[in-house]
Amino acid sequence: MSPRFGQQIDQDFLALPLDALAGAALQEARTAGATHADLRVQRTRSASMQLRDARVSSSSDVVAAGLAVRVLLDGVWGFAATDRLTPEAAVATARRALEVARTCRPLVAGRVELAPEPVHPDVTWVSSYRQDPFTVPVADRARHLAGWAGTLLAADGVDHCDVALNLCKEQKFYADLAGTVTRQQRVLMAPEVTVVAIAPDGPESMRSLAPPAARGWEYLTGDGWDWDDEIARLPGLLAERVQAPSVEAGSYDLVIDPTNLWLTIHESVGHATELDRSLGYEAAYAGTSFASLDGVGSFRYGSGLMNVTADRTVEHGGATIGFDDEGVATRSWDLVRDGVLTGFQTDRATAALTGLGASNGCAYADSALTVPVQRMANVSLAASGTGTTTGDLIGGVEDGLYVVGDKSWSIDMQRYNFQFTAQRFYRIRGGKLAGQVKDAAYQGSTPGFWGSLKGLGGESTYHLGGAPNCGKAQPGQVAWVSHGAPSTLFEQVNVLNTRAEGGHR
Amino acid sequence: MTTPAAELVEIALAEVARTGPELGAAVLVSQSSSMNLRWALNGLTTNGLTTSGSVTVIVGAPVTGGTGSGVLTRQGLDARGVRDLVADTVALARSAEPAEDAAPFVTGSEQPGFADPGAETGASTLAPVAEALGEVFGRSRENGRESFGFALHELTTTWLGTTGGLRYRHEQPQGSIQLTGKAGARSRSAYVARGTRDFSDVDVLALDDEIATRLRWQERRIDLGPGRYTTVLPPTSVADLMVYYHWSAEARGAHEGRTVFSRPGGGTRVGERITGSPVSLTSDPYHHELGCADRVLAHASSETASAFDNGLPSPAVTWLDRGTISALPTTRHTAGLTGLPVAPTPENLVLTGENGTAGTAELVAGVERGLLIGSLWYIREVDPQSLLLTGLTRDGVYVVENGEIVGAAGNFRFNESPVDVLSRVEAYGATEVCLSREWCDWYTRTAMPPLRIDGFNMSTVAEGS
Repeated sequence: MSPRFGQQIDQDFLALPLDALAGAALQEARTAGATHADLRVQRTRSASMQLRDARVSSSSDVVAAGLAVRVLLDGVWGFAATDRLTPEAAVATARRALEVARTCRPLVAGRVELAPEPVHPDVTWVSSYRQDPFTVPVADRARHLAGWAGTLLAADGVDHCDVALNLCKEQKFYADLAGTVTRQQRVLMAPEVTVVAIAPDGPESMRSLAPPAARGWEYLTGDGWDWDDEIARLPGLLAERVQAPSVEAGSYDLVIDPTNLWLTIHESVGHATELDRSLGYEAAYAGTSFASLDGVGSFRYGSGLMNVTADRTVEHGGATIGFDDEGVATRSWDLVRDGVLTGFQTDRATAALTGLGASNGCAYADSALTVPVQRMANVSLAASGTGTTTGDLIGGVEDGLYVVGDKSWSIDMQRYNFQFTAQRFYRIRGGKLAGQVKDAAYQGSTPGFWGSLKGLGGESTYHLGGAPNCGKAQPGQVAWVSHGAPSTLFEQVNVLNTRAEGGHR
Repeated sequence: MTTPAAELVEIALAEVARTGPELGAAVLVSQSSSMNLRWALNGLTTNGLTTSGSVTVIVGAPVTGGTGSGVLTRQGLDARGVRDLVADTVALARSAEPAEDAAPFVTGSEQPGFADPGAETGASTLAPVAEALGEVFGRSRENGRESFGFALHELTTTWLGTTGGLRYRHEQPQGSIQLTGKAGARSRSAYVARGTRDFSDVDVLALDDEIATRLRWQERRIDLGPGRYTTVLPPTSVADLMVYYHWSAEARGAHEGRTVFSRPGGGTRVGERITGSPVSLTSDPYHHELGCADRVLAHASSETASAFDNGLPSPAVTWLDRGTISALPTTRHTAGLTGLPVAPTPENLVLTGENGTAGTAELVAGVERGLLIGSLWYIREVDPQSLLLTGLTRDGVYVVENGEIVGAAGNFRFNESPVDVLSRVEAYGATEVCLSREWCDWYTRTAMPPLRIDGFNMSTVAEGS
C-alpha cells in the first residue's frame, strides 16, 4: 500500500525493537495456551497550542509511548500495558495479561470468539499528508497563528480572539499469534479560530468552520481549506450576530449545512450503529442504541433520500487507517440504504457473536495503555446525484432557517432525543436568506428527524466535517473521526429559544 | 523507569543548571499504575493492568522582551533520555516569544519523603470487588436483572523539583465504581456510584441492593410531559452541575466579560450574592476523604493553571460563601490581570448548605408533587452568557406525590444553568462524598448535598431508557 504523498514511517519508530518485543510477548502467550494474543507498540505525539489575543497562553508537546499485550485465554480477555519498551518488559506484560485473564475467568458470562480475518504478514500504511507538522518549529507555528489573530483583532467589533491548534502523530506496530504484522503512521490536525465581541447584552462569539482532518502542515497554508477567506469573513459574521434578533421558538423547515450536519450524523447515526452499543456492552457508560440487529433490512431509519456509508479508507478522514487494532484490513460499507438500516459497525468479537462473518475493522485503542474497543468509522451521508445547490434548497423554503457550523450537542443514551446549536442560524423567508437570528437550538428524535429529510444537495455541496474528541469506553478513550454530508433540507423541525429555555426572556 | 523518580528530577535540574545559569525550570516526574474491571450483561468484559511514567520539563529562558517558555512531556525515559529532554526544552524556550504567564519559579526546600519511591496499585486492590461482582451477577440472573459497570483504581505519584530548590512529592490514590442495573427488557434502569481512595470503604453488595430498590421504584410507569418541576437532585447530579460551574469560573474570562461570572460593564461578580440560600462552595486539599495535592502540579499552562506556578501553595479556598461569590480561580498571572487574589484550585470541590442535615429521602418527603432524579448525562454548554447547560436525565426519574415516590416517569432533556439552579434552591441536605456521573473521568473528588430546586426545566421528553 503506497502512501499518496510518499511519506514514510519515522525511522526512529521503526528502529524500536518491534519484532523482538512481539516475539517475546507472543511466545509467552503461546506457551501459556492463549488462542489469540496481540502485541501493540504505540507512540502518540500530541502537541497543543492556544493563543489568547495573539499571544501564546499555553503550549505543550507530549509523547506517550508504550506496549500493550492482549491475550485470549480460554475465551477470556486479559490486558496489560507498560511504557517500558524492552523484550523483558514485553514478557512481563504478557504474563500480567495472562494473570488478569485467569483472575477474570470465573466472572465472564461467555467465551469470547473472534471473527476470522486473513493474515496480513507484513504491511505498512501511512496517511496522506505533505508536511509533518512536527517538523515546523514551535515558534513558527506560533507566528503563523498569531498572524491570523492579529488580522482578526484589527477588525471592527472584535474584542478578543482565541486560536487553538492541536496536532497528533500516531504510530502503531501490531503483531498477533496468527502472523499479522502491521506498521502504520498517521498525522492529524485540528485548527480552530474564535472571535468574541463583548456586546451590551453579553458576549457573542463566532468560530471557524474548518474541520479537524488527517492532513499535514499544508492544511494551514491553503491545502484543504481557504483560511484567508474564512478569516476575512469572521468579523462581519460576528458583527451580524451581535445585532441579530432572538429566534421565535417553533417548527421550521431547516436547510442544514454539512458544517453542522456532520455532528448530527455522528451522534444520531454513527454512534447508533455501533454494534457493541446495540448489544449492551456500552450500556453503563456511552449507552445503548435504538437500532437493533434484527432491524437490518427492515428498520426505517429515515426518508428514502437517506444513504449512509461507513468508511475507514476515505482520504484525510479522522478514522482512516489501513488496518485496525485487531489486524483487520479496513473498508467501506453501507449502514443505511434508501432510508433502511442495512448494517452495523463491528470489531472481531461482536462480529463473531452475532454471526456476521467478518469484522468491518472498527477496533481502536487511543494509546498503548488502553484496550482496543469498537470505535466509529467515518460515517457519511451521500449527496444526491443531482446538481442541487445549497441555494436551490434555500430557494424552496418559504419559512425556515439555514443552519451553519456546529456548536453545542447532546443526545440521550439510546440516541433518540438530541439538541444542537450552531455557529450561525439564518432566517429564510420566501426562499431567501433574511439575516442571522440567535439563541436557537434544534431538537428532535432521531428516526422522526431523519424521516423529515426532504432534500439533498449534490456533490458540489458535500463537505467532510469531524471531531478530534469522540469519547467512548471505560477507561475513557478519545478518537478522531470525520463525517461527510451534502447540504440538506429537513421539514418542520422543533426549534427552541435558548434564552427562554434558561428563563432569561 | 529504572532510575528512581526523585533522581530523575535531580538529573534534569542539574542538566538545566549545566546548560545555563540564566535558566529557570520545574521538573515533574509522574509514575502511575492502574487496574480496571468492566462488566456488562452479568459478566466481565474487558480489564486492564497498566504501569507508566512520564517526565515533564518546564523551562523559562530569557528572550527579548521577557521569558520564553518551553514545556515538553515524554514517557518511559531513562537518565540519558531526561538529559535529551532538557536540551530540547531549553532550545524550545530560547526560541519562544515571551510567555505571558512567566513568573519566577517557586522557591523552597526539600520536603520530607521527597526521595521515597512511588507505590503501585494492582489486581489485588480490586480482588474484593471482583469477588463481590460474582455474587452481583448471580443475584442479577436470579432476579431477571442485568448488571453493567466499571471499577477503576489508580495510583499516581508525582515528584516536583524547581530550580528554586523546592522538592515536593505527592501520592494520589483514586478510585471509582459505577453500577448500572437494568430490568424489564431494559425498560427500567438504575445507577449508583462511589468515589474512593482504596476501595476499603466500598460495599459492592450494598450498592447492588440500592440498584434493586431503585428498579422496584420504577415498576409503576407514570408518563409526564415537559415542564418546570420541583426537582430533587441527588448529590451525584449536584456534582455534575457544580463541577461545570467551577470549570467555568476562571477569573480571566470573567474579567474580560466573556462568562456568567462577568459583571455587566466590566470586572467580575466577586462579592455578588447569587442565591438567598446559605450554600458555600469550597476546595480543601486537607479534606479528610477527598485529600489532594496542596501545591500546584501543572503539566502545562491553561486557563486555571500556569506551568510557572508549579509548587505554589494551593490552600483551601471558599469560592461561594453562603450564597455570595467570594473567589474565582486564578494563577499568579491572571490574579495580576484581574486584581483578584491568587487562588490556585485544589482538585476537590465541596458544596455545603449551612446546618444541612437532611438526606435525599427527607428532601423528597417535602415535595408535594415533583421529581427525584436518578442521574444527569450528556451535559453540554449552550450559552456562556448565562451558563445555560443542556443534558438528559438518565437511569431513573422518580415521580413524587405528597412526599412519597409513587413511580417513575420517562427521561427528559433539561436546559438549566447551575447559577440559576443555585438561585432556586428550596432546600438542601447534608453534604456527602459523591461522584459526578458526567465528569468522573476528570473530576472524582466531590462532596455535595442533595438539593431541592424550584421549577427545574425539563425541556422535552427523551425516549431513551
